Amino acid sequence: MVRNIDVADITQSIKEMCIEANHFLAGDMAEAMEEAARTEKAPLGRQILCQLQENLKIAGEDMIPICQDTGMAVILMEIGQDVHFEGGLLEEAVNEGVRQGYTEGYLRKSVVKDPILRENTKDNTPAVIHYEMVPGDQVKITVAPKGFGSENMSRVFMLKPADGIEGVRKAILTAVKDAGPNACPPMVVGVGIGGTFEKCALLAKKALTRPVNQRSEIPYVKELEEEMLQKINQTGIGPGGVGGTTTALAVNINTYPTHIAGLPVAVNICCHVNRHAVRVL
Amino acid sequence: MEQHIKAPMDRETASGLRAGDYVYITGTIYTARDAAHKRMQEALERGEGLPLAMQGNILYYMGPSPAREGRPIGSAGPTTASRMDKYTPALLDMGMAGMIGKGRRSVAVKEAVVRNGAVYFAAVGGAGALLSKSIKKSEVIAYDDLGTEAIRRLEVENFPVIVVIDARGNDLYETAAVQYCSLQEGEES
Repeated sequence: MVRNIDVADITQSIKEMCIEANHFLAGDMAEAMEEAARTEKAPLGRQILCQLQENLKIAGEDMIPICQDTGMAVILMEIGQDVHFEGGLLEEAVNEGVRQGYTEGYLRKSVVKDPILRENTKDNTPAVIHYEMVPGDQVKITVAPKGFGSENMSRVFMLKPADGIEGVRKAILTAVKDAGPNACPPMVVGVGIGGTFEKCALLAKKALTRPVNQRSEIPYVKELEEEMLQKINQTGIGPGGVGGTTTALAVNINTYPTHIAGLPVAVNICCHVNRHAVRVL
Repeated sequence: MEQHIKAPMDRETASGLRAGDYVYITGTIYTARDAAHKRMQEALERGEGLPLAMQGNILYYMGPSPAREGRPIGSAGPTTASRMDKYTPALLDMGMAGMIGKGRRSVAVKEAVVRNGAVYFAAVGGAGALLSKSIKKSEVIAYDDLGTEAIRRLEVENFPVIVVIDARGNDLYETAAVQYCSLQEGEES
């Protein structure tokens, strides 16, 4: 059975999700921030974590975006293959949702039309949209506005198979240390291992949308996530980069099959404002 | 140490600040980020003046989200300072007293900070809602067409920042992380 979905519903949802994601953190992130404020050892680090708690409270109560960089809108669409869209083009509907959300929601317009000519599009469009076909007749939409302070510090490493898991450890630690205070720590580290050049980057991006309190189901990956979180927090970078024991809140790793000759690793760094809103239509 | 200072800031005040000090700024500061810096640089290259005098002033690397009705400004936290590194030494040599941003600076910027007795402050990144509460007035004074990247004059009250690079060249990012680092030998690089 084919299920019809009016693209106007997509527009409305995306508009609301852009506004929601920029003012309220998901429960798992808010909890992780609270926990960090309790356990941080550095006095200045604790002070910063308390400020961030207060910031979240003000953002929600006064409807001021958590961060002025309300991001480039990254939209992940999981589309059931029994869905038929009607009423217009899907891509236009998604961008219209972003346009309305960023304009009516007092969000910053941070997108330029051309990377070299750099003229602002003034409505934060276009979004970066990733489509995935899945079984069923539903559409799962994730809106993840991505700020560029941390996006700029993200990396792809094309490792050799011989580099193995030790190479992966090194790559993650290198990216985090290079990011340091620039990426607004405490950060969330999304890692993609495997696939191809572009696939591992997408794996890393999607890893950031997994709840920070949920570990990988693959035993060695779960271990690696826990080990790397500990190592990152031993770097001493700390909240705001001014020293401390909380540099990251979580390391989320996704894997995918890869080629006999390769070991691609992507590290997508996100600041503590790890925003995402999820809806199923 | 906690300190309260006025902006614009004189050299004597700057020289009394140390890396790691928690500072509250009250007075007038100006915003400028990537596009505004590029334009100022182009103006200087053409031999033209800048839209604001640099002497004693503090630049805040920030592009706000739009203000809701009845409010002076939207979310207003710092952006990454290193993108301004290319333009900063020239502005410091023109008398700029300080900068507010986040993240590391280049060697050339540090040298210019020391040479001119200036200060690099960090505000907490990602705390834009909280920081907006310390901004009482905001007015675009130049490059209006740049939208969020226009130059704004801000009136701030007890705006909270941390001294990262002081006039003697101390860098908090370098000293603080070492203090809390507990990685084993060999994991350092």
